[in-house]
Amino acid sequence: MQLTVWTYEGPPHVGALRIATAMQGVHYVLHAPQGDTYADLLFTMIERRPTRPPVSYTTFAARDLGGNTAEAFKRTARDAVARYAPQALLVGASCTGELIQDDPGGLARALGLSIPVIPLELSAYQRKENWGAAETFYQLVRTLVEPVLPSPATPRPPRAPGVAPSCNILGPAALGFRHRDDLVEVRRLLDALGIRVNVVAPEGATPADLTRLPDADFNVVLYPEIASTAAAWLTRRAGQPATTTIPIGIGATREFVEEVARLAGVDPAPVLARLAGLPPRRSAGAAPLAPAHARLPWYSRSVDSTYLTGKRVFIFGDATHAIAAARMASEEFGFTVVGLGTYAREFARDVRAAAARYGLEALITDDYLEVEAKIAELHPELVLGTQMERHTAKRLGVPCAVISAPMHVQDFPARYAPQMGIEGANVIFDTWVHPLMMGLEEHLLTLFREDFEFHEAPSHLGAAARAPGAEAERAAESFAPSAATTASAPPDAAPSLPPSAAAAVSLTPPVAPAPASSDTLSWSSEAELELKKIPFFVRGKARRNTERYAREHGLALITVEDLYDAKAHFSR
Amino acid sequence: MSDLPGVIGVNLSTSDTASAPPPAPATPSRCVEIHHERGQHQVFCGLTGIIWLHRKIQDAFFLVVGSRTCAHLMQSAAGVMIFAEPRFGTAIIEDRDLAGLADAHRELDRVVTRLLERRPDIRMLFLVGSCPSEVIKLDLARAAERLSATFSPRVRVVDYTGSGLETSFTQGEDACLAALVPSLPATTDTTPSLLVVGTLADVVEDQFRRQFAALGIARVDFFPPRRSTELPAVGPATRFLLAQPFLRDTAQALERRGATHLPAPFPLGAEGTRGWLQAAADAFAVSPATFTAATAAAQDRAERALAHYRPQLAGKRVFLFPDSQLEPVLARFLARELGMTLVEVGTPFLHRAHLAADLALLEALPTTTRLTEGQDVDAQLDRCRAARPDLVVCGLGLANPLEAEGLTTKWSIELVFSPIHGFDQAGDLAELFARPLLRRQRLAL
Ligand code: SF4
Ligand code: SF4
Repeated sequence: MQLTVWTYEGPPHVGALRIATAMQGVHYVLHAPQGDTYADLLFTMIERRPTRPPVSYTTFAARDLGGNTAEAFKRTARDAVARYAPQALLVGASCTGELIQDDPGGLARALGLSIPVIPLELSAYQRKENWGAAETFYQLVRTLVEPVLPSPATPRPPRAPGVAPSCNILGPAALGFRHRDDLVEVRRLLDALGIRVNVVAPEGATPADLTRLPDADFNVVLYPEIASTAAAWLTRRAGQPATTTIPIGIGATREFVEEVARLAGVDPAPVLARLAGLPPRRSAGAAPLAPAHARLPWYSRSVDSTYLTGKRVFIFGDATHAIAAARMASEEFGFTVVGLGTYAREFARDVRAAAARYGLEALITDDYLEVEAKIAELHPELVLGTQMERHTAKRLGVPCAVISAPMHVQDFPARYAPQMGIEGANVIFDTWVHPLMMGLEEHLLTLFREDFEFHEAPSHLGAAARAPGAEAERAAESFAPSAATTASAPPDAAPSLPPSAAAAVSLTPPVAPAPASSDTLSWSSEAELELKKIPFFVRGKARRNTERYAREHGLALITVEDLYDAKAHFSR
Repeated sequence: MSDLPGVIGVNLSTSDTASAPPPAPATPSRCVEIHHERGQHQVFCGLTGIIWLHRKIQDAFFLVVGSRTCAHLMQSAAGVMIFAEPRFGTAIIEDRDLAGLADAHRELDRVVTRLLERRPDIRMLFLVGSCPSEVIKLDLARAAERLSATFSPRVRVVDYTGSGLETSFTQGEDACLAALVPSLPATTDTTPSLLVVGTLADVVEDQFRRQFAALGIARVDFFPPRRSTELPAVGPATRFLLAQPFLRDTAQALERRGATHLPAPFPLGAEGTRGWLQAAADAFAVSPATFTAATAAAQDRAERALAHYRPQLAGKRVFLFPDSQLEPVLARFLARELGMTLVEVGTPFLHRAHLAADLALLEALPTTTRLTEGQDVDAQLDRCRAARPDLVVCGLGLANPLEAEGLTTKWSIELVFSPIHGFDQAGDLAELFARPLLRRQRLAL
């Protein structure tokens, strides 16, 4: 048994739902008790999809357990097919459905439906959401594509002369982090290269579309977490190569363009020009740089960005986004990556390899408390993570940007905000820089710390961000996450029952508590005042370092001098 | 228990299949017409009650013994609103726990021990059963006994089920409170005392305390209490008022302890609150003069607040999907105090005895009220679309899709998470229904 409060991934049938919801003409019959219908709100509330996900739950109850559950399944499947007329039916069980062993696949087959039935066995007590999505997508592709393929030995015919090269885009799904916009951006790149997009799946695809997958020359895999199993099968069985580069960041987008150009046999040069490092200069003969030119390279090189140099950043998320973020942070922002990890054990090896490039050991865990402890220990200046890390960072008073699922309603923005391709890099530049102090502002803040008008958060974040300053400061100083209160909830959504919420006590043991300072060490009042002048987000670290220094040097009373001696001692 | 026989002209009909059309009543009569429906339910399971219970009982921890799905449900239902460090968690059953129950019990002990070491502030631990724990027959009662022995006197361990096989949404609170009743201290005191049963927002609880004091009812307790160490005593002189309509098992358990239920309408709206307080006043022989003196001002405030919203809501047609079992009570409030027209009133479960007074008030309306117990969500959606009501009260899974179809909705979960009981919340309750309509009016989109 694993004790948890918040989880990075839902159960595997939620992954299956993400595939079914992304597609058209698919319906999912899920053998599950009534409470499991909560999953609908993930799509209708968090992602704001305007339609119900295409799923019928059997909602069997205790009174059915004697032997009526199989009947309930058959009735639900029959009714769903009659009502929704899908082209293909997914059938499976949630964790409880799995335990009662009704064999949804067999029951559905016995109904003699005229559409393909794809049974899903998702090992609810072992697997999780992303695996469930990948397995579902693979089963769909395999079941629908196999019948239309020539025998395995048949070699792939070469593309006819005069026919444009084409590819499929695999991976975009429901509840994906910016999948909607990434898709647009990647299509732009492919368009510009003259590569036709044959099928996008699962998002927007019908079962009939899936049967056309083999028509393309190769597959673009945008999200390996979801599409790599299916893509590997298509490579084996249909002879379609698959891309391995994820176009997040300037460098990776460049490599992606080169990779697809190679697979398609086209010239990457015109698109690579848009990724160049300098702003476009007006010159008579230059072609217009439509639709967009990468601004990140210039913005990052412009002098205002000097202040970004060496900012210590902690990164955690799914493997794809975490690895890409680490590369961008290091190569395109000039940050120092101090921590890198993932909750996706299936991809642990890739993340370990990436971490090694920064001289780090990857943090592989699905326990958010472990991640929190690591952040508290490393005390980074910026956290790039999931919804979970956003909350952790808020508690610790560290700036944060979300880079990966799981995420919340505000991570499905109304505006166009891709992560991939040219515009994706531009968006990421803004997103990561925004929570940080601006260049000059940081200097002024350091110089005139006592100016009463200086609040202790970037002024461009507005009053709301400054309000919890005192709180954040306390949390930052003590590293005790128990400082969490309803202050972290958006004001209009605060539930009204809990005036007591403030009394919520942490499940977390105090993480890396400030070494018991009170018993052995004390601070002179001048030193205490001086400490207050240090920006709140590094104050906790300064306090700890100074106390460590004092202890190592056998000091009992910390003076202003000691504070600066410690600073010199630990300065990087 | 009073059934108010003869007051309700009940038309009973059953539609068991998704495709059966809603049976039309032969002759429109002034009555409450009850339909039963079976099909897909679109309601949370009882685990969800933990979201408010863990805030109410401040020294209790709720440990769900369940699957990743249960943890994800809690996260999705609660995470929309809060992300503090909550006093709940899930012990996720994994493959190896399914291998043998002995091992599962050992694992549970390990998880609980670790949890209680980390949380020295916890005085009461609820082991909350789920569908998986029930299907594998993990005996949580036994586990609770064993762990209670280990951790007493510091921590009391109690078990109940929030499984979706047994409970829907608010029934989780019923199961929790019913499980607590045996722990209530016994009293043989013969002076009558009042017990208010069902979680109320702290602010509402305080208002009611003042109101009962003004009525001269000196000994009033609330259940659940804010701290597990302050469990109210119960005995033959205990009279209890239900604050919520979903407490069937809790009421029975209290009756078994000798307490007496005071039948009353539920305290939503001015009329309901008045009737509810009146039931207490009658049981404690409060004079009419005292009653009027104690309640007139608040009732007047409530009515003024309601008058403000009536023009916006009167005549509007409302359709309530089943969610919390509060629906018949809300329907009574919306129809009688705000003049709304009831298209359909769904409820996951209808406790006729506890709702007798509210049903009688619905019965007194000049129109027929269609009450649907149980659910077939697809059929119900068909009826809702066909009726095109002005306002649909429904769960989070249905709200946006219905909005996208041009209907105006109110999320029902807010009705459970907001202080809505009592005179001083009557206006707030009306506002919750008026807001979506007002928003529709404002937006030029
Ligand atoms: S319905 Fe059952 S399995 Fe689903 S979340 Fe509720 S208790 Fe868990
Ligand atoms: S603060 Fe609220 S809305 Fe924001 S991520 Fe957390 S739970 Fe979601």
